[in-house]
Amino acid sequence: MTFTVAASQFVVLLGPSGCGKTTLLKLVNRLYEPTSGTIAINGIDTRSLPAPALRRRIGYVIQQTGLFPHMRVGENVAVVPRLVGWDKRRTAARVDELLELVGLPAEEYRRRYPAQLSGGQQQRVGLARALAAEPSTLLMDEPFGALDAITRGRLQDELRHIHGLLGQTVIFVTHDVEEAVRLADRIVVMRDGRIVQDDTPLRILSHPADDFVRDLVGASDVLRRLSLIPVHQAIRSGIPDAADRCPPVTASQNLRTALNLLLDCGAPRLVVVDADARPIGTLDLEAIQQAATVDVASDSPIVPPDIAPTRR
Amino acid sequence: MKRGFDLSYLTEEWRKVLELTLDHLQLTLLAIGLALVIAAPLGIAAARYRWLTFPVLGMLGALYTVPSLAFLVFLIPSLGIGREPTLVALVVYAQIFVVRNIVAGLQGVDAPTLEAAAGIGMTAWQVFRRVRLPLALPVILAGVRTALTTTIGLATLAAAIDAGGLGTLLFDGIARAYNAMILAGAIAIAALAIAIDLVMRLLERLTPLARAERARSG
Repeated sequence: MTFTVAASQFVVLLGPSGCGKTTLLKLVNRLYEPTSGTIAINGIDTRSLPAPALRRRIGYVIQQTGLFPHMRVGENVAVVPRLVGWDKRRTAARVDELLELVGLPAEEYRRRYPAQLSGGQQQRVGLARALAAEPSTLLMDEPFGALDAITRGRLQDELRHIHGLLGQTVIFVTHDVEEAVRLADRIVVMRDGRIVQDDTPLRILSHPADDFVRDLVGASDVLRRLSLIPVHQAIRSGIPDAADRCPPVTASQNLRTALNLLLDCGAPRLVVVDADARPIGTLDLEAIQQAATVDVASDSPIVPPDIAPTRR
Repeated sequence: MKRGFDLSYLTEEWRKVLELTLDHLQLTLLAIGLALVIAAPLGIAAARYRWLTFPVLGMLGALYTVPSLAFLVFLIPSLGIGREPTLVALVVYAQIFVVRNIVAGLQGVDAPTLEAAAGIGMTAWQVFRRVRLPLALPVILAGVRTALTTTIGLATLAAAIDAGGLGTLLFDGIARAYNAMILAGAIAIAALAIAIDLVMRLLERLTPLARAERARSG
């Protein structure tokens, strides 16, 4: 197989157990050595440098966290900076910065041991450790697979946020469609060691390549598709003068949220506002219906416009 | 001949008892030191190469079943009597405890933890030194502790081939039907074994993993 990941792209490898997605991930950091073929990062063959040196430039997060139980949280995060020879002061500052970034106040958590943390907190430390030495690439192997739904959702949002801030190239393995749709710029669907489809989440949902993909991603699930379409794509011009019973919806929110709001408050239409809360149009059920069934153009933005610029 | 708990030898000849205790301790520590030098590479190899695990542990287990006194006597034709054959016997008997726990400790480390260590860029040596060994250390130290206390007991037999130690008090006491001397020897051996056991348990508590586990429960 051949596939290319653009810099700063968030790619999700999606497929059932045993489809080869983890194998593909481990080939990137050479935990598995390719028997044939080439893998290059920034144009440089991964085999041109020793495996440990390669891996220090690639963040790695796994489901079982892989935290070192005999090291404190701070020491765990400091491992890679130490391996690459950062001095103590720089390492300590970086550890604190990252713990704050992943939502664990450094003063409180630095000196704890992994076993003293919840599963979600451990995975946050795992993410901080992977990011510590400023890697350009992040490999994540079902990192949230063992977490409860609420914690998983929260961590997904924060990962998306952190990706927006730091702009690493992320390759993320999961078998959870909901997670893939929520995180990915691009989804690579795999089956039996092959890529069966490689596209944006919205186009995979609206144009599954075959029945396998259709079943896997639940392409008939309109709500899932709506969650990927921003409100501004279904907006109608004209601003109602009378204030509606419903709270307004922001243009960057998705249609699933908007539909929920519409049904919940029972009004015929919603007022759409921009990021500064100025009304810019309306949204009704018919508009949502049209947006859900419209053919998705290949260049359609899959990211709400007011979030996109924050990503590098 | 007095019966019962006659502590007169212990109180009157305490210098002699202390001297023999230190001699016994020295013999034990020397034996365990030598045993570790052999057991470390053997255990690491047996843990690393799974096909070696069973034959190595099987062989050491079989050696351990040879009666110790018979083993000592068996060594007399080649090594004579005294310290050397005693050390050989003690080192051989200690192997099973130390090697078994090195293997169990090293193999018992959680595989994803090791893969994560390699995956974030540790070299094979760094994975061993910074992750595998510290995580196996409590189990390894427990093996050393068992080896030490067992060796203290076995080293008593050394007196039978004139290698000194607290066994001297037992064998001489029996030969002379001198109960106070036997009792002094028995008490000293037990006290030494208990003291060593306590020291080793303390060491085990100082390992990083044990600290982490205490932090969780504390």
